Amino acid sequence: MSTKGNSGTIIFALVVTTISAALLAAAATILKPAQDENVLKEKQQNILSLVGLTGPNDYKKFDELVQGVVIDDQGKAIEGVAAISLDLALEKKLQSKNSSYKVRYPLYIYKDPQGKVTYLLQMAGVGLWGPIWGYLALDQDGNTVKSAIFDHKGETPGLGAEINTDGFEMQFNNKKILNEQGQFVSVKVEKGKHDASMPHAVDAISGGTITSNGVSKMLQEDIAFYLRYIQNQTKTNQAL
Amino acid sequence: MSEVLVQPPAEKKSLLGKKERKLLTDPLSDNNPVTIQVLGICSSLAVTTQMKPTMVMAISVTAVVALSNFVISLMRNAIPPRIRIIVQLTVVSVLVILVDQALKAYMYDVSKQLSVFVGLIITNCIVMGRLEAYAMGNKPYPSLLDGLGNGFGYGVVILTVAFIRELLGSGKVFGFKVIPDALYEAGYVNNGLMMIPAGALFVVACYIWIQRSFAKHLEEKE
Repeated sequence: MSTKGNSGTIIFALVVTTISAALLAAAATILKPAQDENVLKEKQQNILSLVGLTGPNDYKKFDELVQGVVIDDQGKAIEGVAAISLDLALEKKLQSKNSSYKVRYPLYIYKDPQGKVTYLLQMAGVGLWGPIWGYLALDQDGNTVKSAIFDHKGETPGLGAEINTDGFEMQFNNKKILNEQGQFVSVKVEKGKHDASMPHAVDAISGGTITSNGVSKMLQEDIAFYLRYIQNQTKTNQAL
Repeated sequence: MSEVLVQPPAEKKSLLGKKERKLLTDPLSDNNPVTIQVLGICSSLAVTTQMKPTMVMAISVTAVVALSNFVISLMRNAIPPRIRIIVQLTVVSVLVILVDQALKAYMYDVSKQLSVFVGLIITNCIVMGRLEAYAMGNKPYPSLLDGLGNGFGYGVVILTVAFIRELLGSGKVFGFKVIPDALYEAGYVNNGLMMIPAGALFVVACYIWIQRSFAKHLEEKE
């Protein structure tokens, strides 16, 4: 076959692209399970790291260590859905496209050996260039933040991307999400220095205003959603 | 490049004869793709803050250059000249995506650190440069060696750069702390410049400077 003429060129291109497509499709299919496992492992490790479980094999005991609950906008648990397989970013996207869609949130409950409960919240939001997300550990009192971690897909290095550094994340430790009247005020990411006397705000990242605002908005929206469930739980516990 | 296009009749084929060894070793120094041809600089700046991801990047680029050289060389007589660049690009893209997928499956942490730069191997000038300059006119085996040699040449440079940047920028080598805490207490600070891409530019420039001052024959005659 001559590959000099037009038909030869077209046939050659078709053969090359078909073989390439087949190779890529095969690779994607074969490697998918291993890739999914990595993503799941990372998520489990993130969630466990909130309560200080950072051992390399802790994630293998994820199901024993924490209990996953899927909650609805009424603050009630939904049966029959596994929390870990719920894609929060996707839920929010579905809701933004169709306002009648009932968004669901995954909540993880950790009980330490003394029986003290920590609520592990998952959050998803938008930064400057793309999605940002985070996890936050809330004390049994439904008010005190124990720790928080954040990450992003592609925020500006050195600016917005700093949200995933310890320096930014550590600021959230011991912040309060309720004011003295017990109303939800969230934790805001604001300009300026913030110390222990300001329990509802942390220092924003200079030059990363839009990312910082995204974190604020994400905290505001998502903690509020979880709070309905957590407060229902607290009431039930008190009633018992 | 004319001398490499003409194949002398092989008397006795040795797998690693003089010519083959030259293909492998030339790109390490006298014909280094990064420091002499100044190709592939973009990724040398971007991925070299730490040695571990740099190592993976070097291996990935070597695999892609060597295999694409080999595949293109196999097809070189059949590729229609009018679409040869796009055919080369297709082969390179397929290989790069395979590398990227494999990293995501088996080296997830590293693949997160390298993020877009694995995908950007497609646009690495070294890859396309070797395909056009060598693989299109030579047999598969020498092309494979040429690809390996150039991959190693790239790897040597980026690993050296990463070693200097990680040592001065974070006080570590391959993630292990080598600068003792006592030194930090005595007032030593990590060099922040080494952590940003501009730092790599300085290191690469110094590398080229040192290399050229040792190998005077590389200087252009005035």
